[in-house]
Amino acid sequence: MTVIRYIRDLLLGLWVVFKRTFTTPVTVQYPEERPYLPPRWRGRIVLTRDPDGAERCVACHLCSAACPVDCIALQAADNPEAHERRYPEFFRINFSRCIYCGMCEEACPTNAIQLIPDFEQGEYARRNLVYEKEDLLISGTGKYHDYNFYRVAGVRTLDKDKGQGANELPPVDVRSLMP
Amino acid sequence: MAIIIVDNKSYTVDEKQNLLAACLGHGLNVPYFCWHPAMGSVGACRQCAVKQFKDDRDQTGRLVMSCMTPATNGARISIDDPESKAFRASVIEWLMVNHPHDCPVCDEGGECHLQDMTVMTGHVYRRSRFPKRTHRNQDLGPFIRHEMNRCIQCYRCVRYYRDYAGGRDLNVFGSHDALYFGREQDGTLENEFSGNLVEICPTGVFTDKTFFHHYTRKWDLQSAQSICPHCSLGCNTTASERYGTLRRVTNRFNSQVNGYFLCDRGRFGYEYVNSDKRIKQVLIRPEGDRAKPAQPEVVPQALALAGDRLRQARGIVGIGSPRASLEANVALRSLVGPQQFYQGIDERERQLLSTILNILRTGPVPSASIHDAEQADAVLVLGPDLLNEAPRLALALLQSIRQQPMERVDELKIPQWDEAAVRNALQNRRGPLFLAGYQRTWFHAYATDSYFAAPDDVARLGFAVAGTIGQVAPSVPDLSREAKELTQRIAEALTHAQRPLIIAGTSGGSQATIEAAANVAWALHRQGKQPRLSFVLPEANSAGLALLGGGTLHDAFDSISQGKADTVIVLENDLYRRADQATVDAFFDKARTVIVIDSLEHPTAARADVLLPAATGPESDGTFVNQEGRAQRFYQVYIPQGAIAESWRWLKDLAHAQSAQTESGAGVAAWNTFDDAVSATATAAPELARVGEIAPPASFRLVGQKLPRQSERYSGRTSLLSHLTMHEPPPPVDHDSPLGFTMEGYRGSLPSPLISQFWAPGWNSIQAVNTYQDEVGGPLRDEMPGVRLLKPAVSNAPAWFTAIPRAFQPASQQWLLLPLSAVFGSDELSGRAPAIAERIVQPFLSLHPSDGARLGLEECSAIDLAWQGATYSLAVRFEPSTPVGTAGLSLVPEVSGVRVPAWINLFEAIKSEGKRRAA
Repeated sequence: MTVIRYIRDLLLGLWVVFKRTFTTPVTVQYPEERPYLPPRWRGRIVLTRDPDGAERCVACHLCSAACPVDCIALQAADNPEAHERRYPEFFRINFSRCIYCGMCEEACPTNAIQLIPDFEQGEYARRNLVYEKEDLLISGTGKYHDYNFYRVAGVRTLDKDKGQGANELPPVDVRSLMP
Repeated sequence: MAIIIVDNKSYTVDEKQNLLAACLGHGLNVPYFCWHPAMGSVGACRQCAVKQFKDDRDQTGRLVMSCMTPATNGARISIDDPESKAFRASVIEWLMVNHPHDCPVCDEGGECHLQDMTVMTGHVYRRSRFPKRTHRNQDLGPFIRHEMNRCIQCYRCVRYYRDYAGGRDLNVFGSHDALYFGREQDGTLENEFSGNLVEICPTGVFTDKTFFHHYTRKWDLQSAQSICPHCSLGCNTTASERYGTLRRVTNRFNSQVNGYFLCDRGRFGYEYVNSDKRIKQVLIRPEGDRAKPAQPEVVPQALALAGDRLRQARGIVGIGSPRASLEANVALRSLVGPQQFYQGIDERERQLLSTILNILRTGPVPSASIHDAEQADAVLVLGPDLLNEAPRLALALLQSIRQQPMERVDELKIPQWDEAAVRNALQNRRGPLFLAGYQRTWFHAYATDSYFAAPDDVARLGFAVAGTIGQVAPSVPDLSREAKELTQRIAEALTHAQRPLIIAGTSGGSQATIEAAANVAWALHRQGKQPRLSFVLPEANSAGLALLGGGTLHDAFDSISQGKADTVIVLENDLYRRADQATVDAFFDKARTVIVIDSLEHPTAARADVLLPAATGPESDGTFVNQEGRAQRFYQVYIPQGAIAESWRWLKDLAHAQSAQTESGAGVAAWNTFDDAVSATATAAPELARVGEIAPPASFRLVGQKLPRQSERYSGRTSLLSHLTMHEPPPPVDHDSPLGFTMEGYRGSLPSPLISQFWAPGWNSIQAVNTYQDEVGGPLRDEMPGVRLLKPAVSNAPAWFTAIPRAFQPASQQWLLLPLSAVFGSDELSGRAPAIAERIVQPFLSLHPSDGARLGLEECSAIDLAWQGATYSLAVRFEPSTPVGTAGLSLVPEVSGVRVPAWINLFEAIKSEGKRRAA
């Protein structure tokens, strides 16, 4: 009886193998063949530029505060040439710590920091996973094309005086007594 | 005590408070803007509305502004009532209609009272779609940035600046919904207390300009308690660091000392710590040739060299410093021995300090804290120019002049917090404030009477006042009629007061004014008053150094010149500021080895054979004793880079190097942690015995944990150092205090010196200090406000001072050159901060116009003054308040080496009249 059961199991197994031979395989021939990643897929982090080509990051420190693994460090610097405009003096992400949770992108008030569908970050040395601002900054606007924080913020910048922002009245003349 | 019922729960409150303060004191969150614990209520912003009910049957109630409603017994209110909630939400929504979309680039973001209140009221979405109002900003000088768009018209800034701090150049302009808070035109805010606008403003209209240039959010700062090193008052500050540089200094509430406010010197003077003139490495001159530049050396070799020199020395002279901590001075004294320890101040200064200490020790009158000064109801200032020497005390006196007229307010049954009504009742009434001195400032506009005279005449006025009050105190017979009348007025005002305050100081170099002040206070004490004495001292730890004792600088010079010693250790002291150049040069030339421990480059450091880089205040633990004799602890905020170490550790290393042993030893060599330093300090002098009680020891733990210096939200832990190393080194361990350089540790109620920053859930701004107090405006919970080391003697019969000087007589050829302190520039350390340096005026010589005419000078002309072996370029100012026969010399860095007061022949000293400057 035992022998018959062994033979039956053997044939059954072979039948499963035989059957699979004619189905389409699930294996993807990565890297020759690449999977589809939706635009909102959370991969490598980039810093984007506004539609005018200037850095979007205003060094508000919200991404670093939101980061659950504290892998973002930056320092704000002012640009005397551009009035109130702020930019990060350095901006560092330690990708060996990053968990790609996207909290930084969610916290970013200027759409500067964005997660993009790129996960190919394998490295032999961990230190190569430390990205500085020049590694992070791209030349485009990323996923959000139209937003320019300084157009809606009240502060003065090089190309925008007080009252010239979106939905702003011209500066008040305090010497006027008109109602 | 009254019982109020808030949302059906009863609370015991002080009925002298308003409902808002009462609720906040019990941790109930009522949003507010225009109210401030130090400035009372005006009911301008309508944000603190709550519903008040007549009795328990009243279901309707009515909306009241809690800041304008007294906390009467049995008052029933509701904070959570839907109608009051909706009202408060509408108020915020109106305020936010024009508030710009700036928070990411606003320096107030993350510690903004407006943000907190918006969250507290639950206003989330802006419904208004209309365009926003904008304003042009002003350049308000090196301290303050201005961004008027953010204003919510709460009026706090002008109320603080004009009503509280006595400023004149900030005001509100415009009308209706286009109010503008600023100056009449661009320009530096002149008031010495303008920096408090940063904390007063509930949003980001006024922000710290020095912080702007190295901005970091509040939650990213590593902070600890610090004591301001820039004058003798010892105001408490919170110093904050990020990435190894000191980022800012904010006020730290201490109910006994500085309360809610700081002066601009203390707030913006911190950048000397980040100066590029910092000494960062050990420098040595192995051949002893001081003409050659010193070379950098690694620490062990340098210490070995120093050890060799110390062993071969025929005698070691240790020169301490009034700006170094008590512990560092004790360490030096322990290393060189008490006989060879010199205070590092000149004979006159030591004499004045010991007189002051003796007055406070042997007399029946205690010294006054700044809080006491605010409560004083009559003030006599004999000599010091408070606004420039001890600014925070001047701010306290601006409050004290309200004390006496407050009786009228009480008579009218107006609560003292009702600021608008109080001002209305007070009108222009001011309590007695008598200022006697030789320099006029805007502060004199608040004085009942001002008396400008040479220090001797000021002292005579003081003695005369004492004689008039006490009858038993020695009186001054030959007083001018004018001075006699003034004496009568002063004596009358002081005897009518309950808590009179007498202030004198060391700056005029006059022993007599100090003694006169003591006589006045003692005479008042005999009358059954509760007088207080306050002495303005030269530096942050002058009192501590004086308690420690030791010879003067000239004793040290003598010791070297007589060959008793040939090696000098100078601790945090620039001798060229304290003696004339030739003497100091000779001293260093004679000394075989000069070891200097200091933090900033200066001429003394340039003469060192071994120069050891010392940590500054925020980089070290230590104790300062302020002018009232209050010992206060400051903590290391961060570990300095490179070879920089605390002075007492260098001295410990020198002690080891001297004995050529690495472990054990006696005295300073046996110190391992800061606690060892504190216990050695406590035994160094009898009056220092309580130094250990001012703050918890390093072994202090709460729930077995150390206490964090970093906030819960401190960011970037895993990438701060990742550009240097991937290994994420553990945070440094602090063996010297119960604090840790981490975000880990116990969070909860702490003894006040161990609080890193004031923060509470929902209260991110500095207003969070309310949540640390049981009663708003009162002491902090677990407050350790420092320990007063000097106790007045109980004896009622002090020995009167009788050495009344003769009246000052102008000489025909000589002028008495007097020091004119400057709030910006006279202090050695803060003068090195770039923002302060911008405010330092050109050095000038102040003369009475008649003296100017005698000398043939013209106003605003430029002169060269050759004196004490140096030549100074000065501008001439004619000042009618300068007493005839004296000349005032502004103490700014260019003239820091001058020894004043002294007699000078201006006919000879003025070498050339340079090109006349445009007025």
